[in-house]
Parts: sequence; C-alpha cells; structure tokens
Amino acid sequence: MAAVTLIQPETPQQLCDAVAEAVAERVPMEIVGHGTKRGFGHPVQAAHTLVLNRLSGVTLYEPDELVLTAAAGTPLAEIEALLAANGQHLAFEPADLAPLLGGEGLLGGGPTIGGVVACNLAGPRRIQSGAARDHVLGFTAVSGRAEVFKSGGRVVKNVTGYDLSKLMTGSFGTLAVLAEVTVKVLPRPEKTRTVLIFGLDCAAAVDALTRALATPHEVSGAAFLPAPIAARAPVGRVAGGGRSVTALRVEGPGPSVLFRASALAADIGPGVEVDELHSHNSAALWRWLADVGPFAADPFSADRQSVVWRLSIPPSLVPALLRGLAVDDARYFLDWAGGLVWLALPPEAELDGGAARVRRVLAGLGAGYATLVRAPDALRGAVPVFQPQEPALAALTRRIKDSFDPAGVLNPGRLYPGT
Amino acid sequence: MRMPVPDAHIISRRREIATALRRILPPESVIADEDERRVYESDGLTAYRQIPLIVVLPRTTAEVSAVLRYCDAEGVKIVPRGAGTSLSGGALPLADAITLGMGKLNRVLEVDYANRCAVVQPGVTNLGITRAVEAEGFYYAPDPSSQIACTIGGNVAENSGGVHCLKYGLTTNNVLGVELVLMNGDVIRLGGKQLDSEGYDLLGVVTGSEGLLGVITEVTVRILPRPANLKAMMLGFPSSEAAGNCVARVIGAGIIPAGMEMMDQLAIQAAEAFVKVGYPLDVAALLIVELDGPMVEIDHLMERLTEIAAASGATSCRISASEEERLGFWAGRKAAFPAVGRISPDYYCMDGTIPRRTLPLVLRKMTELSLHYGLRVANVFHAGDGNLHPLILYDANQPGELDKAEAFGSDILRLCVEVGGVLTGEHGVGVEKRDLMGTMFNDIDLDHQMRVKCAFDPQHLLNPGKVFPELRRCAELGRMHIHHGALPFPDLPRF
Repeated sequence: MAAVTLIQPETPQQLCDAVAEAVAERVPMEIVGHGTKRGFGHPVQAAHTLVLNRLSGVTLYEPDELVLTAAAGTPLAEIEALLAANGQHLAFEPADLAPLLGGEGLLGGGPTIGGVVACNLAGPRRIQSGAARDHVLGFTAVSGRAEVFKSGGRVVKNVTGYDLSKLMTGSFGTLAVLAEVTVKVLPRPEKTRTVLIFGLDCAAAVDALTRALATPHEVSGAAFLPAPIAARAPVGRVAGGGRSVTALRVEGPGPSVLFRASALAADIGPGVEVDELHSHNSAALWRWLADVGPFAADPFSADRQSVVWRLSIPPSLVPALLRGLAVDDARYFLDWAGGLVWLALPPEAELDGGAARVRRVLAGLGAGYATLVRAPDALRGAVPVFQPQEPALAALTRRIKDSFDPAGVLNPGRLYPGT
Repeated sequence: MRMPVPDAHIISRRREIATALRRILPPESVIADEDERRVYESDGLTAYRQIPLIVVLPRTTAEVSAVLRYCDAEGVKIVPRGAGTSLSGGALPLADAITLGMGKLNRVLEVDYANRCAVVQPGVTNLGITRAVEAEGFYYAPDPSSQIACTIGGNVAENSGGVHCLKYGLTTNNVLGVELVLMNGDVIRLGGKQLDSEGYDLLGVVTGSEGLLGVITEVTVRILPRPANLKAMMLGFPSSEAAGNCVARVIGAGIIPAGMEMMDQLAIQAAEAFVKVGYPLDVAALLIVELDGPMVEIDHLMERLTEIAAASGATSCRISASEEERLGFWAGRKAAFPAVGRISPDYYCMDGTIPRRTLPLVLRKMTELSLHYGLRVANVFHAGDGNLHPLILYDANQPGELDKAEAFGSDILRLCVEVGGVLTGEHGVGVEKRDLMGTMFNDIDLDHQMRVKCAFDPQHLLNPGKVFPELRRCAELGRMHIHHGALPFPDLPRF
C-alpha cells in the first residue's frame, strides 16, 4: 500500500478544495483533528489523511453571552484554559480518550474541539448537563459534496430549520468535515463536594445511585467503583479503604453545596460509612473517571491490553447485565448513576473480544447500546464496533450518508459497513 | 402566503381515498364530511385557514403505519397534527392533504422511576406528563405556555421551549427516545431509555423537524425530581437598557436562574390591567427572576441578585414571601398574550432570538419600526436565553392592517438575524417564517437540510409547504457535479 499523504488545510477554502479533490479522484480520506481518537470506530482504509490541526483558534468568545466559536482543530485544552480564566467551562465535561486509546495520537497536543463534537463525548456530568450534542449551537462544515454549509447559530434557543448540529455531533466525520463549531458555555460551579459511600455491593450501589438521583439535590456525578477499581484511584480516600466506593458529586454556590452534601449523606447513607471529598480531590476523581482512568493504564497486561467496552443502558438493568456477563469486580465500573458501564474484558478469552456475548446479553435485556471502544485494529475491523442497527434504521442511515457524502470519501466505514 | 398548488386530481379522488382509508381504519376514524373537517381548518396561527382533504384519527402505531404506507403508494400528502396549538402554522391543513390527528394516541404507557423516564403516546399533553409523575415528586421540565393543551408529540416536532429552559433545556434536551413512522410505513425507534444512543443522532434531527420527517407515535422523556423550593424576584427598571444590563450581570456573575423573564411597559400595563397582581406601573421594564433549590441556596443567591439589581439601577425589588405571591408574579407574565389581546382587537406574536447584549439596540429599532408602521408593539422576553416575543397590535377589520403587521413582523425577524440572532426561538418556522429562511441560510445550507428531508420522505409528502421556501426535487438534490483533473488543487499543503 502506498504511503498515506497528510493533507493539512490552513483555511476553510483549502479544506473545501481538499474534499473536492478527494471527490474528483474518488480517493477516500480519514479525517482527524489531532488523531487522539483514531482508534475509536472501525479502522478507516484511506489513502489520504485530512488533518485539521492548522484550522485552529477561538474566533469568538463572549462570556456574558455564554457562547464560544472555535475552528474545529482548536485544542480542547486551549478552550478549557480560556474558559477557566473566565470562570466558565464546557459543562458536558468532555473526556480525553487519548490515554485509554493509546498515547497522544497522530500529532500530540491532545483532543480537539472538532473531535470531541464528532464523537459526541461526555463526562460524568452527562446526567445533569447532557453530552456534546446538548451544547453545540451551530457549525460550519464541508460535506462530502465539497460544499461549505452551515446550520444553527450562536444562540441557545433556536428552532430555525433542522437541527443539523445534532446530525453532525456523533457522526464521526462520516457526513461532513467540521470547519468551525459554536458551543454553549456555562459558569464553572463555585464549589464541589463528593460524598463517598463505602462497601456497597453492585446492586446496593445502583439502588443508592437511583435514590440519590430521585432527590432534589441536583447530583452532577454518580459513580460506582468496585473495590479493585477503587484501589487504583488517584485519590487516597477512595483508594485506601480496600472497599467499593459509591461516589456522588454536588456542585454550585458554597452554602448550597455544603447543605446538599450533608443532606445526601443523610438521605442515602444511613447504616453505611460515608466520607466527603473536597474540591481538589473531587476534581481529580471525576477527571480520572471521565477519562476512563481505571482502564487507561492497563493493570492486567502490559503488552496485551484488555478489550474495553462502553455500554449505555437504563441503570436498573445493570445488576442483570453484570450477572449475565459474569464480570469480575476488577473489570467494570459504573458512571451516569449506572447508565454507563465500562467493561475491560481479557483479550485472550474470546476471539471476538466478547462481542457476541456482550450483544447477546444486551439483547436479552431488550435495551441499551454496546460500543467496542478499545481493541486492536484487526479486531475492530472484524466485529461491529457499534451496535448493529435494525434494517429500516440502517437503510435510513445509509440514505443520509449517501446524500451528504455520495462519493463515500469521508471516513468510509468508520461507523458501519459503507457508512 | 403562497402554498403549493393543490393537486386537483387528488382532490377529485376524495371519496375514493376516504373509502380506502375506511378499509384500513375503523370507519369512525375517517372524517370526510365538510362540516366535521372544518373543525381542523387552522392551528394557533389563525390568520391562515384551509379545510383539509380528509381528517384521519388513528389509534395505534400500526394504523399510522398503514395510513402512511397507503398514502406513500398513492402519492397523497399528510399533515400531522397534535393539539393544533402551533403559532407558526405547522399544522395548517392543505386542500389536497390528509390531516393526521394524533389525539387518540393519548395514553401514558409507562412511568419508570428507577430510570427517571416516562413512556407516553404523542397525544398526551405536556402538563399531563407532569400530572402522571408528580405524586412521586417528579415533573417534566419543558413548560411552553400552552402546556395545558399542547401535546408532547407536537412539542417534539417543534422542539418547544418554555420559561424554564434557561436552566433545564428545551424539549430536545429532555427527550430520550421516540418511535417514528416513516412515510413509507416503516416503524423505527430512535433512542430509548438510555442516555446515549449511537449512530447518527436522528432523534436530535427529528426533534424540531416540524412534522416533515415522520410521524411520532411514542415518546420517552426524562423526568426530574421537583426542586425543593421556588422563589421569585420582581425587579422594576427605569429603562429596558438597565434591565438588559442587569440580565447580563446576573449571567456574568455565574448565576443561571431557573427562569429570567422581561416585560416592557406596554406589556406590564396590559398584564396588570388584566390580572391585577401588583406590577409596578411606573417602570419601563420588569424582570422576573426565579430561583429553585434548597432554601439556603435561594437565600444566598437572592442576596447576590439584590446587589446586582441595585448596581444595575433597579428602582423596585420584591421577593416572593409565599407560594401565592410567587404565582402572582408569574400570573401577569403567563397571561401577557391574552392581556394584550384585551387592549387590541388582534395581535401578532413574533418569536426571534437575539444575543442578549443586543437587546437595547433591537428594542430601539423596534420602536422606530413601530412609528414607521403606525402599529403598537408590546414585548415579552425570555431574557435569560435571548428569546424575544414582540406582540404587534393591529385590527384585522381595518383594511391592510394584517399586511402591515406581517411586514412589521418580518422586519423584526430580519433585525434579529442582522444582530446575530435567529428567526425563531421556539415557535417554529412553519408557514409563517418560511419565506424568511433565506435571510439566515443560503441555498447550499438549505439544500443540505432538504437532503435530510429526502432521506426520510423522498416524495415530499409529509407536511409540504412548511419550513422550506421552495421544495426541490430529491433526484435533483442528489446529483453531484464532479470535477475531473489530475491534481485540481496544487496549492493544498500536503506532506
């Protein structure tokens, strides 16, 4: 196979030219920002790689309007630093999957805002503030027809025309190449506390998480770490107990946080031992969970990494799911109050990385999605990474792909065969 | 307003089509009699009326699917309809289209407290969802002012907002899944009870698609625990500028209230005359700010808000001391539309969104336009998220006044777009703002939107004449012009 050419447009017009050339020559392109998530999705077979690192920079930031516009290749870290300097943040707490997926990607420099949007990432605050999809207000992109188009705007309340921002978010670069995105930003909470409950088993923990989210205490993070996972946490109070940890985060104005943290402990905790993390430790714990820290530095094998699955399911199904999968305590943890299950399966146990088994158990439960997030290229080329779709939905998905990228030049096959 | 030319052939087949539909559905679900059809002739945008070809009232997903499959095969158009409260003509019938009324699909199918969601049929009202879950301390957050009547199916189709979306988001942020019937009769599920669903976010695309992509037959919504306490503050300002400045300072201070609403002088006076809740009549602008949460948080933030208000030049400040008083603050705001209806024979409600900081400029220009057109305008404003509702006062019995009101409205919306805002914040494009789409989008932008439409409904049979100024044939939109050449763009940086 010929060497891959890197194409690095410096202007939106050059980006458009690059797509036009790919269309004219029918040469597919892999689309990357900094390439930290190249290992997410099916491996793309493409002769060219379109790199957006030179389309970088914040072009509009109005803190009192809660809005920021940046070129797609702008490093997430640059945006987060700018927001932090103004007491704001991206409330959806985007994960940095680079450590999980293996290092710094193609070019270093960490994730870009375009990549975060293309993969619809979200962190623990998903339960309260939503995912990237809920924060993208508008964008400019180049579709697979080599045309620059835009949708949305710079205001939160906008129902003018179809919400194509949602279509772009999570489309993994298969419909259009993002050139610029506009996102909603929010005030950074003044104070944070995390209530820790020790020693619950999984079912009791899911019950505690469910009860916590039924209180009016506005819980903004709700996770369960079985004992062997908790033991690896970067926070002494979590790691040191030798027991499982159920963690509940509250954020907001100082007096409110103090009140809600103690009310939560009282509501959820009777009969169990409870502790609290303050700002610094709390931030460290939730960052580690957002970035899938428990499975990033693989504890099981230095040379043969675990296969990592991500399951989005109704929380009440978690105990049945874990029973069905017979998962060891060292190999899973829960976020999103149980709605997000991270699994690390041993690579040697099953040739398909557990795909058939995971999907069979999920099908038996009748709800949810399973995504193969980390696996060797060969495995991700061989089994469906994303949940296979019902025929009518698959056909509709294909019609949308074909209408935005008729020549099939943008990340072909990244999501599904041909899409 | 020019609507697509009705298909005379389809109209001539009315009886035959009704007979065919009565074979698919129980006969009483098919309305062909003119007097009964007339009931459906308009929605909340009453300036436009059209008696539909036939009205069909299905009871199940299977019936919806059967009707759509028949219409797809026969080339018959469909206009879906919830409660008909659209303010943009989204459910305006067409002479050659079947109006598909979803009112009989009105059951709450499941409340799942463990997973904090409810599964309902599209004809359940917005408030009906809250009623179904409030005994357990939950509610459904989006609260459009028509929430007693409007249905969740219509809310999803229009991506409805409300007073509290500043903190809790729009419909799109509160819907987890839908069952959707495509025009070809296929039934698909998008999303579900889980938070993240992979693949293209077609749930997000369908939300706010104004009935052009499919017919929603089931909705799964997120429900939230009711806040422990609520308190509201009412602030009077000597100018709209000062009130707008106060809003910016509140947000700048990192406070996101549950709701933050503004009314101008004419709206205040009309509301006070109507509901008599003690609004100050000597102020140019009124702000209502609502906080929710634990009392300790509310008290803490009320203190900060009081300081910000004083620094912004507020001339009056009241904090609700009881639930009754809080509801009183809201009573005038929530009755603002009917209140304005009392001081004018007719009014035309607009719905632009603007960057908050441009409010003084927009209000100033609106005053100029008001003088130019000789029509009064009252303003209510979701100040927290920049969504402006100018109410243009006119008299439809005066020849030419409706046209003048519409021209005034169009000028206001163009102004919203000029200052960086959008044509519609929560009411939808419908027929009302259809022909203004070009002020926000160029042809390439609109073509990309229309390609989504083509993927769902290639014959343009669902709700035609809405949203898009001009419907282009899908085959034409599908073509791509390919340029040939060895290396067409030699200047591209490549390595």
